[in-house]
Amino acid sequence: MIRIKCPYCGERDHSEFTYGGDASIKYPALDAPESEWTKAIFFRENIRGMQKETWHHTNGCRLWLEVERSTITHEIKSVKACHPQIENITKNKS
Amino acid sequence: MTSQRKEHYGKINRDKVLGFTWDNKEYFGYEGDSLASALLANDVRIVGRSFKYHRPRGVMSCGVEESGALVTVGSGSRRDPNVRATTQELYSGLNASGQNAFPSVNFDFGGVNNYLSRFFAAGFYYKTFMGLPPFEWGKGTGIWMVFEKIIRKAAGMGKASREPDPDSYEHANDFCDVLVIGSGPAGIAAAQEIANNKLDVILIEQDSLLGGNSLSQKDFDAHLLNDQLKNSGIRVMSRTTAFGIYDNTVVGALERVTDHLSTPHSNLPRQRFWTIRAKHIIVASGALERHIAFNNNDLPGAMTVNASKHYLNRYGVLTGNNIVISTNNDSVYQTAIELHEAGSKVTILDSRENVNHDLPQEIDLHLNTLPFSINGRKKIDGIDVYKTSDLSHKNTIICDQVLMSGGWSPIVNLVSHRGIKPVWNNENQCFIPGEIKENISVVGSAKGIWNEKDCVESGFAGANEAMNTFGIHKKEISFPPVGGWSNAIEPLFEVKSNKFPSKSFVDFQHDVTTEDVRLAHREGFVSVEHLKRYTTLGMANDQGKMGNIIGLSLMAEQLDKTIPEVGTTVFRPPYTPVPIGALTGRNVGKHFRPLRVTPMHQWNIDHGAKMIEVGLYQRPWYYPKKNETLSDSYIREATIVRKTVGICDVTSLGKIAIQGPDATELVNRIYTNPFAKLPIGKARYGIMLRDDGIVMDDGTSWRLGENEYFMTTSTAAAAKVMSWLEELLQTRWTDLKVNVTSVSEQWAGAAIAGPKSRDVLNECVFDPTEITNDNLPFMGVLQTKLKDGTPCRVVRISFSGELAYEMYIESDYAHGMMDMLWESAQKYDGCLYGLEALGALRVEKGHVTGAELDGRVTIDDAGLGKMASTKKSYIGSAMRKRGVLSADDREVLVGFFPINENETFNAGTIVCEKNNIKGQGVGRITSVTHSPELGHWIGIGFVKGGLAKWKDITLVGADPVRNKQMEIKVVSPHMIDPEGKRMYA
Repeated sequence: MIRIKCPYCGERDHSEFTYGGDASIKYPALDAPESEWTKAIFFRENIRGMQKETWHHTNGCRLWLEVERSTITHEIKSVKACHPQIENITKNKS
Repeated sequence: MTSQRKEHYGKINRDKVLGFTWDNKEYFGYEGDSLASALLANDVRIVGRSFKYHRPRGVMSCGVEESGALVTVGSGSRRDPNVRATTQELYSGLNASGQNAFPSVNFDFGGVNNYLSRFFAAGFYYKTFMGLPPFEWGKGTGIWMVFEKIIRKAAGMGKASREPDPDSYEHANDFCDVLVIGSGPAGIAAAQEIANNKLDVILIEQDSLLGGNSLSQKDFDAHLLNDQLKNSGIRVMSRTTAFGIYDNTVVGALERVTDHLSTPHSNLPRQRFWTIRAKHIIVASGALERHIAFNNNDLPGAMTVNASKHYLNRYGVLTGNNIVISTNNDSVYQTAIELHEAGSKVTILDSRENVNHDLPQEIDLHLNTLPFSINGRKKIDGIDVYKTSDLSHKNTIICDQVLMSGGWSPIVNLVSHRGIKPVWNNENQCFIPGEIKENISVVGSAKGIWNEKDCVESGFAGANEAMNTFGIHKKEISFPPVGGWSNAIEPLFEVKSNKFPSKSFVDFQHDVTTEDVRLAHREGFVSVEHLKRYTTLGMANDQGKMGNIIGLSLMAEQLDKTIPEVGTTVFRPPYTPVPIGALTGRNVGKHFRPLRVTPMHQWNIDHGAKMIEVGLYQRPWYYPKKNETLSDSYIREATIVRKTVGICDVTSLGKIAIQGPDATELVNRIYTNPFAKLPIGKARYGIMLRDDGIVMDDGTSWRLGENEYFMTTSTAAAAKVMSWLEELLQTRWTDLKVNVTSVSEQWAGAAIAGPKSRDVLNECVFDPTEITNDNLPFMGVLQTKLKDGTPCRVVRISFSGELAYEMYIESDYAHGMMDMLWESAQKYDGCLYGLEALGALRVEKGHVTGAELDGRVTIDDAGLGKMASTKKSYIGSAMRKRGVLSADDREVLVGFFPINENETFNAGTIVCEKNNIKGQGVGRITSVTHSPELGHWIGIGFVKGGLAKWKDITLVGADPVRNKQMEIKVVSPHMIDPEGKRMYA
């Protein structure tokens, strides 16, 4: 069981969360050409080691979180809210 | 009598006599007995028949590693097979029996297998029955299919009950600072030290009594220990097995709550499945004694040495009168003395040349001596032994029991669950845990530390490691070195003779012999993982706890390698078997999955609804009148909707409140069609795409105010769309000032559909002239109130193609709204309609749902390309026309009619060209219904090239699952009122 320290709720079981995806992807503008979108959607790294990924606290505060997790050991290095303003608030809280 | 109860020995309560049944005969034992100790006390020596050869087997250990005394406990629906008699506590009325035997374990016809055993080597069944040469060369499994049933019957374990499990099980959760697994001397020392430093400690012990190996000491008092620990504030969980360690120091544990009770309270669960989240784990799981492989080492009466001591000092059972102990290490000498003192004649065979021990004169010690073969058939008559110096001359010693100790194996299983490979310690001939980088410490004999004093010391060292995790730094204590015997152990895994064929068991559980391991090597299996699968060494409930290392040593010998070079198989959870009932917990029957009901659920049922599951939701399926079938009912309902009016519960649709200055911008970015200029008081049907251009969901959004929208989604995609909007707002469009809230549970909704729907509504709302075509045109939204003043929302929207509305009200008022609507609808000869009629009406109109929008379909495929704006960018706009998604031969939405109007078809039918009925055809039918309006069956679905390509061409609907083919034709999906005159009326 991976335990994730939600910056709003505290440390919780991963079963409360839903895995999102690669958090390092910068999605292109909506009017960007197909080639840029293709790159963002289909060309993904399969990282062995620390990776930034998104998790949704679906059965909790419903924050989307950016989690740094090792794909080898499941060690979690950092967790923060994806939204910069929410991150600022929760950072000060804890 | 060879095994018997001894006065003044044991920790059993002799004041409490317990009657029990073994193979239909009645016996007595005492409170504190295990089933195994009670059977031994009654001199019942044959308690099982082996897996393959049906050899008689007795009790071989005193714990979870048992692979001889596997029995069936209970009867009827509570029949529990493969129970280890060594860990089953005795209770009054316990009913146990032998298994894998006919008629009984004492006399078993299957025993003939033993005489045919040279045919039954590893892989025999597969070699012989799978592709029987020469008839089935290369053909595979024909004969196997026939013989498998017979083989499965002859080879095996106990039989599980076929009845539903009458017991209940629970899932439970806990947290602690430090979790200590095992209550032997090391675990106790660690737990107490940590608790003294004010940390929250849970101590887990699989046994009913605390103490671990101390329980096999004469003067040890487990109850005193229990009190001491509890007084230290330690939370003690006995009868609880930590079966696995998972990520982030989370432990899975199984608590046996009532397995030791004759009449458990009906409120108690049988077992609890614990998830315990610790911050640090101390593994004090102990070590297991190994046996030695030599001929007939499985005869009833063969046992590990420590087990015998355990039976004597814990249960007061002396397991033999004339005992031979065979060993290669120092651990047996104290046992020998105690068995001697208890009255047995004891002979020790030590394979080593020199040992230094003080022994009473009466104990015969033979050095340089190896066990070669046990004599006897159902009981032990004696043992043939060799001098290591002279393997040609054997000597026979008369005895009634042979105890074996081939060394000790630390229980590294739990640590291995974390992917930590065990490391071979050659000096002590055992695997010890490798380096651990997590907050897990291993102490005591689980680390290969043998002496009790050292074990306690290691407990303190482990406690310090644990406290470091919490920033409590004590004076450093180093772990005592591995080992601790005064005379070094010498390797002794197998004693073999090249002259005589032997039956030397490596793994008792699956009848794996030394010859099987060698055969596997001869046949080319060199990896231990392959060896395991080919010979089944280390499989079944004991998972090779005793035999694995012997198997590895034999493989190493064959490969001319060392044991660490050969490696070990990977231990995976669970350490001991976990019943499926415990994994399932309360999630059975009604609680198998969550149940969602709408606020008018009871109202629907009270009005005659038959319900159907849609996802987790219970929705009205149809409302049968007397004797009506499903199809009678839905055809009537759909007909009435088109003729007068019908009412349907649509609460299960997802509902999302979208609020904030950028609400319009959000809605405009996620829908394909323009929303930027949607006026307040109007709704719009919209399609959402995924990033990759495929349709995600459809629904409506109503503009309630300048900065406020009310979005509906499909029932199935409600949760997905909500998460999606949150993801977009929190990760991509963080500058948008908009908030989304799920209000699915807050609003109850009903569709009012049919030519008379406006009249019905006007009778229900506060102002009976409010609902007019001008005041509430198609796609108009009205926030108003019911006759009784309850606020409600009305939208003019149509799924059925008729003049229709949806009315939403706060959930608590759902019954009142339905009462009002229904009272009024009845005046117009209206009806209540369910999901089946709803489906019929929408298929007639060619409206898509989840059956069509299945994650493969583009907006153009669904025939809704006109809704894709070319004037704005939105999610999916860049990708929806990419290569394959704009190919000419894509399957697009069409309608289907049967050529012969009397014929019916099913969803899932494959559409093929007449002369080419195979494969995936040219399309598929996704939804079908009888159309009351057209008077025959209709369907919608997809076909390559669409209507333009297949108009007036007869195709074949192939339904191979139902063995059916019929002629069909392709039509427009809009089969009724294509111009929408009724909707706009």
